[in-house]
Amino acid sequence: MTAPKTLYDKIWDAHLVDQADDGTCLLYIDRHLVHEVTSPQAFEGLRMTGRTVRAPQKTIAVPDHNVPTTEGRENPDQMPEESRIQVAALDKNASDFGIHYYPVSDVRQGIVHIVGPEQGWTQPGMTIVCGDSHTATHGAFGALAHGIGTSEVEHVLATQTLIQRKAKNMKVEITGKLAPGVTAKDITLSVIGATGTAGGTGHVIEYCGEAIRDLSMEGRMTVCNMAIEGGARAGLIAPDEKTFEYVKGRPHAPKGATWEAALAYWKTLYTDEGAHFDKVVTLRGEDIAPVVTWGTSPEDVLPITAVVPAPGDFTGGKAEAVKRSLEYMGLTPGQKLSDIEIDTVFIGSCTNGRIEDLRAAAAILKGKKIKDGLRAMVVPGSGLVRAQAEEEGLAQIFLDAGFEWRLAGCSMCLAMNPDQLSPGERCAATSNRNFEGRQGRGGRTHLLSPAMAAAAAITGRLTDVREMMAETV
Amino acid sequence: MDKFNTLTGIAAPMPLVNIDTDMIIPKQFLKTIQRSGLGKNLFDEMRYDDNGNEIPDFVLNQPAYRDAEILIAGDNFGCGSSREHAPWALLDFGIRAVISTSFADIFFSNCFKNGILPIVLPEDQVRHLMDDASKGANARITVDLEAQVVTASDGTQFPFEVDAFKKHCLLNGLDDIGLTLEKVRKIDTFEDTAKTLYPWA
Ligand code: SF4
Repeated sequence: MTAPKTLYDKIWDAHLVDQADDGTCLLYIDRHLVHEVTSPQAFEGLRMTGRTVRAPQKTIAVPDHNVPTTEGRENPDQMPEESRIQVAALDKNASDFGIHYYPVSDVRQGIVHIVGPEQGWTQPGMTIVCGDSHTATHGAFGALAHGIGTSEVEHVLATQTLIQRKAKNMKVEITGKLAPGVTAKDITLSVIGATGTAGGTGHVIEYCGEAIRDLSMEGRMTVCNMAIEGGARAGLIAPDEKTFEYVKGRPHAPKGATWEAALAYWKTLYTDEGAHFDKVVTLRGEDIAPVVTWGTSPEDVLPITAVVPAPGDFTGGKAEAVKRSLEYMGLTPGQKLSDIEIDTVFIGSCTNGRIEDLRAAAAILKGKKIKDGLRAMVVPGSGLVRAQAEEEGLAQIFLDAGFEWRLAGCSMCLAMNPDQLSPGERCAATSNRNFEGRQGRGGRTHLLSPAMAAAAAITGRLTDVREMMAETV
Repeated sequence: MDKFNTLTGIAAPMPLVNIDTDMIIPKQFLKTIQRSGLGKNLFDEMRYDDNGNEIPDFVLNQPAYRDAEILIAGDNFGCGSSREHAPWALLDFGIRAVISTSFADIFFSNCFKNGILPIVLPEDQVRHLMDDASKGANARITVDLEAQVVTASDGTQFPFEVDAFKKHCLLNGLDDIGLTLEKVRKIDTFEDTAKTLYPWA
């Protein structure tokens, strides 16, 4: 009998092209996702060396990072020159090298990590890479998904393989049920709060347990998306009926007899009984509360009912870091998190820009208005999410409440396009990074779930969404 | 990546120590979408004045050194950031070898990835080559990677050390991609098998 394997072991073994004596491996890549910012030099490298894209049919490109999200953006004059050049370069590279492409004018355009699953490119058991750290998102399908650098982008384009060493196995189990008002975002932030941003370093995390099983595919993507903030190389969730149901019928999903064969294989993708994990973390679903971040690291997370901590609550270098981040965030120790007033609400990103996220936010906002003077925007993760939200009447709820209703892209998640915070501006954001300056120089970011973001938009301060849920009942 | 075997060319003297990557290619040029084309901004702030005019004194602006292919530089060349734009800029200008007493680590390995040979020699030998280079365009220096020898224009020879694996890669023009492509048979085989096992992937 062969030794029991983890899900990661199985996917790894199925993609091993070569293994050198020193442990360096060549891993075959099934899907390569490409966006405009980290790819130009890689394509340029191919041109300089006279190489081609080895598997253009497995390569998908979409501009997302610095595209404007306002109407009329097909007009290149809307973009600052550098962004325009980067997008134009992607247009040209996609056409020159014959890879699948979703330009801004295409309704299917959106954030690369939302487009991949939506179009059925992302499937269980695959290896997926992209020149972007949040490639981990695709792990929700039981796919091994790595973020890579520009040199590696070129390597994958040319060889359809990646040079890798195997990571360690880590299991994160969320047992039991989530309480009402608690979402996938609260799970993933709470895990990082528990393990720290280096907790997963050198590991691939497999998320499991009842609370994970209970999540929709959208929720699972939210969880895996932030595996990278926990330091892990990738996050994984074993595929199940929900996964298969999600993939079925999508434009690039297998069909007919091939579907049956794929399904039979996908059903073997789980961690065997007794397989070894190098590290195990367990959280009780019942213990997870709606959370917000208060500092400038995703690990600076607390339940909304808590107060801003003091540097003295921490030891070592973290105490110094907390002092600095409280200064940056303009917060005082002991201040209630629910007293923190905000200027802006951003709902979107590859963490929380999917239809379910918009539904959750709209459910809270229905019939309500955002606080006077607040700036609030929804940036759907893709053109298709946007269209569906319009069809379901969600867009109207957002507009009636006073939100801006934008076109798809990364937008204020990283502020490479004109959507930025000004210095000192405080934002409740459904994205994944609260680093200094991430959403604009001097901008202050509090990460939270879409429902929590909607609640904050109504009151103008960080708010426990459960209070509003009580109201609606 | 271009192969590197033997190079005989003009060497430009840059006796300054601690030439950092910001000097080699200032940060405003990192927003480019290309690796190539950076040569015109190589040493931008030393090379051009505020109006974009060439500063005649700067070595690479002098007629004798405009076609230099080798740099003889002061200690600790390439310190600062990890930007691969630095070797990209050198290469685009036409520099294929840099000789100094010491290099910053990351820059040193970035050079090899881009077909540039960085050579470490003792101080007195670097000074000899610096003097040689200062004679102008007629003073051609030869770098022989196979034999691991630098020959000055007066015929003096200086042997140098180089990592065997990196030497192999440079001699054969192999970058990571090149090396992986040596295993293209294995990739082909893998793909063939995968087509049967996972036809949907
Ligand atoms: S939405 Fe944000 S995190 Fe996601 S890919 Fe875009 S910039 Fe990166």
